[in-house]
Amino acid sequence: MADLYISEETADDIETAAVDAALDGRFVVVRESERLIRAGTSARHGHRHLLLPALHALQNAKGWISPGGLNYVCETLQVPPAEAYGVATFYDLFRVEEPAQAGDVTHVCVDAACQIAGAAERIAELKAQGVNVHESPCLGQCERANHVTGEVAVFVQGVGGPDSVAADDTPYELFHQKGDESLRLLKRIGVVDPTSLYSYRAHGGYESLTAAIEMGPEAVCTAVADSGLSGRGGAAFPTGIKWRAVAAEQGRPKHVVANCDESEPGTFKDRVVMENDPFAVIEALTVAGFATGAENGWIYIRGEYPLATARLQNAIDQALEAGLLGDDAAGSGHRFHIEIRRGAGAYICGEETALFASLEGFRGEPRSKPPFPTTHGLFQEPTAINNPETLLNVLDIVQIGADGYRSRGTERSPGTKLLCLSGRVAKPGVYEVEFGTTLGEVLELAGGLTGSGELNAVLMGGAAGSFVDRSYLDMPITLEDARERGTTLGSGVVMAFTDEIDLVDVLVRISQFFRDESCGQCVPCRVGCVRQNETMVVLQEKGSLTSERRQLVDDIAQVMVDASICGFGHTATNAINSAIKLGLVPGVPS
Amino acid sequence: MTDDPTSVVTVSLTIDGQAVEVPEGTSIHQACESAGIDTPTLCWAENLTPVNVCRVCVVEVEGQRALVPSCARPAEEGMVVETDSERVKHSRKMVLEFLGSGVDLDQAPELQKWMDHYGSDTSRYDQYELPALRMGEAPKIQDNLYIRDYDRCVLCYKCVEACGDDAQHTYAIAVSGRGFDARISTEFDVTLPDSACVYCGNCIGVCPTGAIQFKTEYDLRQADDWRPEDQDVTRTVCSYCGVGCNLELHTQDDKIVKVTSPADHSVTSGMLCIKGRFGWQYVQPVDTPTRKA
Repeated sequence: MADLYISEETADDIETAAVDAALDGRFVVVRESERLIRAGTSARHGHRHLLLPALHALQNAKGWISPGGLNYVCETLQVPPAEAYGVATFYDLFRVEEPAQAGDVTHVCVDAACQIAGAAERIAELKAQGVNVHESPCLGQCERANHVTGEVAVFVQGVGGPDSVAADDTPYELFHQKGDESLRLLKRIGVVDPTSLYSYRAHGGYESLTAAIEMGPEAVCTAVADSGLSGRGGAAFPTGIKWRAVAAEQGRPKHVVANCDESEPGTFKDRVVMENDPFAVIEALTVAGFATGAENGWIYIRGEYPLATARLQNAIDQALEAGLLGDDAAGSGHRFHIEIRRGAGAYICGEETALFASLEGFRGEPRSKPPFPTTHGLFQEPTAINNPETLLNVLDIVQIGADGYRSRGTERSPGTKLLCLSGRVAKPGVYEVEFGTTLGEVLELAGGLTGSGELNAVLMGGAAGSFVDRSYLDMPITLEDARERGTTLGSGVVMAFTDEIDLVDVLVRISQFFRDESCGQCVPCRVGCVRQNETMVVLQEKGSLTSERRQLVDDIAQVMVDASICGFGHTATNAINSAIKLGLVPGVPS
Repeated sequence: MTDDPTSVVTVSLTIDGQAVEVPEGTSIHQACESAGIDTPTLCWAENLTPVNVCRVCVVEVEGQRALVPSCARPAEEGMVVETDSERVKHSRKMVLEFLGSGVDLDQAPELQKWMDHYGSDTSRYDQYELPALRMGEAPKIQDNLYIRDYDRCVLCYKCVEACGDDAQHTYAIAVSGRGFDARISTEFDVTLPDSACVYCGNCIGVCPTGAIQFKTEYDLRQADDWRPEDQDVTRTVCSYCGVGCNLELHTQDDKIVKVTSPADHSVTSGMLCIKGRFGWQYVQPVDTPTRKA
């Protein structure tokens, strides 16, 4: 049994109250003395998963995590202070030094979509007004970026009050397919009242769960497998295989997790769904729990999505009250509860094993696979983890059957895909398109190009995706065509760049993004991201790369792809290398 | 399968074209060793749980898209492993080059040997800012027992493991920060006497680069008087209690300059407590270590 050694700083009343409220009395502390707290490994792990909510509470209460506040959390949860400090310093939204400027923090996005809309100017303006500005990676509001008005994505992190985003009080106007009869996944967006279970049911809500319960778990898994549905987070792993593997695990607690940590630059589809049709995510996760036999549902959502978080929590509360969640969820005889956990600003936590680590109260560092989450996932227990978009597809599959589902899309990419259109398109926003629609058609759907200049490049799949040029406009949007032509659909990002935009500036920013977001665990990624960024800065300064530096770009990419632990390192060089290979970077031979 | 409970289940695999048979559960790294193939390691140690973060031991496994860390991946039946393919050599070269270009590896001769072997060329980064970012951080000297010089730190996580779950269960240090700014730290970077540190020195015992070292060693190195070739190592048993920890007393000019314990020793697994590690001053009095109340 180990004893925690806690320093003498103590929390003030505000911090104590905030932590107590966040933890809701879910634990007992045995005090041995003023400074030595009875602990031990089991106690250490027992409440550890409450660390992130507790740190959020401290950050929100005072605008930073003070030594006294951290001590209080550590005593309460039996977490060693050094480890809690290591966790706190991992996340962008937490500060461990008293901020020079008190009050709310205004996070302004500087990633590609906002960068080319004028983020730098907006930040300068806000700073001149005395606003406490923090430059942020992609905030998942890329459809708001507008190079004419100069609007860019903003997230306000509250101190002593709630966090907020632009959409808080206004109806969502940026959905351009509203009422389209052919929609499957987005049919309720802009139509349903996102705060009302009654409205959701009036629009066909919970019919899928009813159908799933009639079918039984095995039939649901079979339908999902037969439908050919694959994961929409980027890796495109067959969902049916994942679910069946978890369903087959017996004798241990099981989990289903909705990976709502949507942080890939250029991606905002899940946010639009969660904000405007939150009950659908809850229903779909319930179906997943039922099908896999998991009693524990988790939603891990990025900290910069306060509205989506509030809407989902409201949906959970109403579903629980209506008996659609709980010890006998929707009369299925299956016990199912959902708990929401907020991330705190770390792109890497969208990687599934990093997400588990983060949720468990550890640093969001990816774990080696194998073992895979289906056997060793959250808390080392069997876990099915899916993206909200993937889950929404299941609602459809359960209702219309695998064959009905396959009537859309192509043989190898059945169904529809949500795409996040941004950059220099006239009507940026999320669009649902049938697999097989060409890239050119997709851009037309979003109103074609805007501003002056010709199309120069399209970023597919986000910062971890790759650039394509005009020759790809005839490419059907399918997994197989993307793979064949050396690109990716990734998380559904389609970001258009005209030739009036300096692509090198964008590449510098992308490399900076990876440099900032690498967790730092493995050497190839920790150092490789820095080296890649330096090379891009040199390119920006000098306008070209020497042959030695050009070689270095390839050497860095090779080791990161081959030897990094997780998908972050494997893909962090894709965008830059694709741009170079297509000859889109002046001064760098392809 | 046989009914004999003493029989060992084995797996057969191929390493660099050579057929190898090892007990089930053996890591690829151990299998390589048993086949006489030397593999560089950094974050791996026989007395710690593999964290597979350094990626210097990667090998190519047929059918796997990425290279795999040999220290953590168990050998499987029928596996075909390459330890000297172009991809493996490139990754090892680059990992060592990345480390060598940003960290002071003067006191890590084993790594330098491998850097020469794989042709790592740190000079090509000189034109960039990175070395300046890491170098020049003053060593943390907060007591008379040991120092921490994070310019030499390769973030192998070994000290954190030894301080935590793998040995001491003290949790005085952890990785803090993120990405390239990640470093080993106490909470709020408080000094060791103010932290949970119990001065077992197990972090020193596992550090591969001299980032954590005895104050005695540090002082001698500063005086340019650290002479490993003139040192004797005497094995003895710690006299403080009845556990029977084996000590290796490293002496130079007949003075104890540091104490280690063999990693393969059945009692210690290389780990000691403050008494075994530092409690030899009575043999040759020096300044008394202090700890704040």
